[in-house]
Amino acid sequence: MNSTNNTVMKSAAETQQQVRNSLARRYRAERRFRFYGFAAVSAGIAFVVFLFGTIFAQGLSVFQQSYVKLEIFYDPQAIDPAGNRDPDDLVVADYQALVRAALREEFPQVEGRPNLRELYGLMSSAASMELQRAVTSNPDLIGQRQTLWLLADDTVDMVLKGNVSRTAPEDERRLSDQQIGWLSALEQRGDLDLRFNRSFFSNGDSRDPEQAGVRGALIGSLLTLLITLLLSFPIGVGAAVYLEEFAPRNRLTDIIEVNINNLAAVPSIVFGLLGLAVFIGFFGLPRSAPLVGGFVLTLLTLPTIIIASRAALKAVPPSIREAALGMGASRLQMVGHHVLPLALPGMLTGAIIGMARALGESAPLLMIGMVAFIVEVPQGIVDPATALPVQVFLWSDLPERGFVERTSGAIIVLLLFLLVMNATAVWLRNKFEKRW
Amino acid sequence: MTPSLLIVALALLSFVAFQIGKARALAVAGGARGIRELHSLPGHYGLLAALWAGLPALLLVILWVSVQDRVLIAIVTSHLPASVMSLGQDGFTLFLNDVRNVIAGNIPASQVSAEAAVAASEYVRLQGYSRMALTALAFAVAVLGLFITRSRITPELRARNSVERVFEGLLFLCSLVAVLTTLGIVLSVVFEATRFFNIVPVSEFLFGTRWSPQMAIRADQVGSSGAFGAIPLFAGTLLISFIAMIVAVPIGLFSAIYLAEYAPSQVRKVVKPLLEVLAGVPTVVYGFFAVTTVGPILRVWGESIGLDVAGESALAAGLVMGIMIIPFVSSLADDMITAVPQSLRDGAYALGATRSETIKQVVLRAALPGIVGGVLLAISRAIGETMIVVMAAGLSANLTANPLEAVTTVTVQIVTLLVGDQEFDSPKTLAAFALGLMLFIVTLVLNVIALYVVRKYREQYE
Repeated sequence: MNSTNNTVMKSAAETQQQVRNSLARRYRAERRFRFYGFAAVSAGIAFVVFLFGTIFAQGLSVFQQSYVKLEIFYDPQAIDPAGNRDPDDLVVADYQALVRAALREEFPQVEGRPNLRELYGLMSSAASMELQRAVTSNPDLIGQRQTLWLLADDTVDMVLKGNVSRTAPEDERRLSDQQIGWLSALEQRGDLDLRFNRSFFSNGDSRDPEQAGVRGALIGSLLTLLITLLLSFPIGVGAAVYLEEFAPRNRLTDIIEVNINNLAAVPSIVFGLLGLAVFIGFFGLPRSAPLVGGFVLTLLTLPTIIIASRAALKAVPPSIREAALGMGASRLQMVGHHVLPLALPGMLTGAIIGMARALGESAPLLMIGMVAFIVEVPQGIVDPATALPVQVFLWSDLPERGFVERTSGAIIVLLLFLLVMNATAVWLRNKFEKRW
Repeated sequence: MTPSLLIVALALLSFVAFQIGKARALAVAGGARGIRELHSLPGHYGLLAALWAGLPALLLVILWVSVQDRVLIAIVTSHLPASVMSLGQDGFTLFLNDVRNVIAGNIPASQVSAEAAVAASEYVRLQGYSRMALTALAFAVAVLGLFITRSRITPELRARNSVERVFEGLLFLCSLVAVLTTLGIVLSVVFEATRFFNIVPVSEFLFGTRWSPQMAIRADQVGSSGAFGAIPLFAGTLLISFIAMIVAVPIGLFSAIYLAEYAPSQVRKVVKPLLEVLAGVPTVVYGFFAVTTVGPILRVWGESIGLDVAGESALAAGLVMGIMIIPFVSSLADDMITAVPQSLRDGAYALGATRSETIKQVVLRAALPGIVGGVLLAISRAIGETMIVVMAAGLSANLTANPLEAVTTVTVQIVTLLVGDQEFDSPKTLAAFALGLMLFIVTLVLNVIALYVVRKYREQYE
């Protein structure tokens, strides 16, 4: 008896010893595991910070642009030698000559054709366009003098922003030593400065970085989104209402449901193929138009909106429905008067999230030709247009240094829109969310 | 009237019909006091009248407009001079293009051939007649519908039931759009892909190892063999997706575990949305990030340890795609982990298991089907992802497993084949649809499996 007791005691002690020995190992494993989790989360956050950090570091400078202060003399001899103020003549007059004359006034010591050409290269061709606009809208300016801040060339801009070093060897930058010297002279006189970049928000696309703006792409995106919203919200809500409130349980509605779930996971580029083959190939709608883009994005966002709207409808308690039916309302009245108003905030939230997804989408738009180089700002839904994310794609391909900054700038504008939309969705949800 | 103006006019007419119907209902009931005699609300009678006035006419307009162009072109071409008819297929298409451009006002009639100018003016003349006829007919139908309905309005007429049936029908049509979309995808992609497979055999497409989709314009052109073997594309897609999953699955899974099991709720509240920000960033932004930041960094690192990294390496594209997918994996895994009942964890703790042992041996095993489903969905996302690879992966179809080299993917090729001018009968364009078909099938199968696995798992605990 005693001996068995001893063995039990002994084996218990042994087990305890074993556990004690293994505990340290197990706690180490525990700490290791916990550390892996922590490292993963930190890595995720580091990616977020790194991603946004690089984009903002590259792009924030786009909101400023180099302008040169020049005293322009609206020389009647250059603009309107005939002196009859004919609007057609004013449009085609040589405004570049005015800019050049002003530059020569600024640096009277520069002589010789090659040197002058370098001097003229400091200014963007947009400068003369601006003078043209000013004169055609106000012909009285002719013969007067005016001090203006005019757009400098993107090579100047890159130097001024420090993206290209002034002290780098001459063959590694696009400006010559002489030009750098003029820049420094202008800067010392206070005639060269970074100012708020108007043209980025007022211009369409351009081959010159300093003139390229997001306005065309932004309007294109808004038109596309407008079509998308006008189509996908009513159709999505209608489909959700039918499936939640009216649909009988049968094969057809089962098929529709499975279908919607699968559509939600179809790659977006496939929707682009559909748009190309059906809307453009079969129905003959115009390429590159926001109308077709809106159609494609409608089909793309529809599953998102239907799923969100169904969730919102499900959240309305059945007692509301029963009360309405009990008062003699028909099913449609019950839905229209009671269930829909209660579910609407949830549906709107879903719609905004769907729109945010549509705004960031570019692959299907590539398929239907919204990738063209379009300078004009689109005026209507059948004009050729591009969209903001597609503009990012187009600019990211261009070799000029100035376009890296433009691309990041366009991304910042895009992200701001997404932020506003998502914040609205969250705000809506918090404000109108009801707990029953 | 132009069709859009006509539709506006019909809408106005429907509004008038609503008022007439409503007034008629009140009149037959004998004024506001007799309203109890009516089967439905007066507004329902109004709606019924409006629907009968508006809907048939609207359908007529839509039908008319959709066939008008074809009929008019057929009429115009039916009496063209013989000189045009003898142009042959291509010449005739060009001729029709000229006619259309003149009609649309893109080019003045003086710049095209005399025959085209005549045909265009003929078209415009016929179009005018057609529009007049349509306007008259649509108004006749609308007014007829209105008066028939008005005469049918009696207190016994079940206006509400009829109106509601129409609205229910509309709701049903809305839900059919999703099915029609799928049908549209399948039909368009399959149709174009079959045309492609008539030119290039299926076996060559699926098992060929050379991809160079340029068709020869001249027989002696260099590098214009026109090979459509898609194996390098599949391999490239798999390589990039594999790299993406190597990044996304561990990081996503471990962050889900940490956030669900270890992190205090305040940390979780802040960190979870922060990680989900990654899912809301447009994919072009990732593409740009891969090209301008990750690519160059990898190049510099590669050089410092003596590796030659291509400018558009599969590694850069895969890494960035992995970052994009992290929140996708982590939020799905998080859902699955939090769905595991607390009682299972408590049981494990009671047996003396540490937290990590509980997670590894109980929670993860219970959540495994769901996590697998999530990972499958993530893979299908990676395969279908377009912008990152278009911007960061290359165009050359290398058959390689080396992540430092440039590879190309299915989606990249679809984009490069279809962006720019294209004709619908060249194998180059059609090849994009064949690739689209493959993409659709593969992602669909992955999704179906994933949804099945997830659903099957959910049934266990609910």
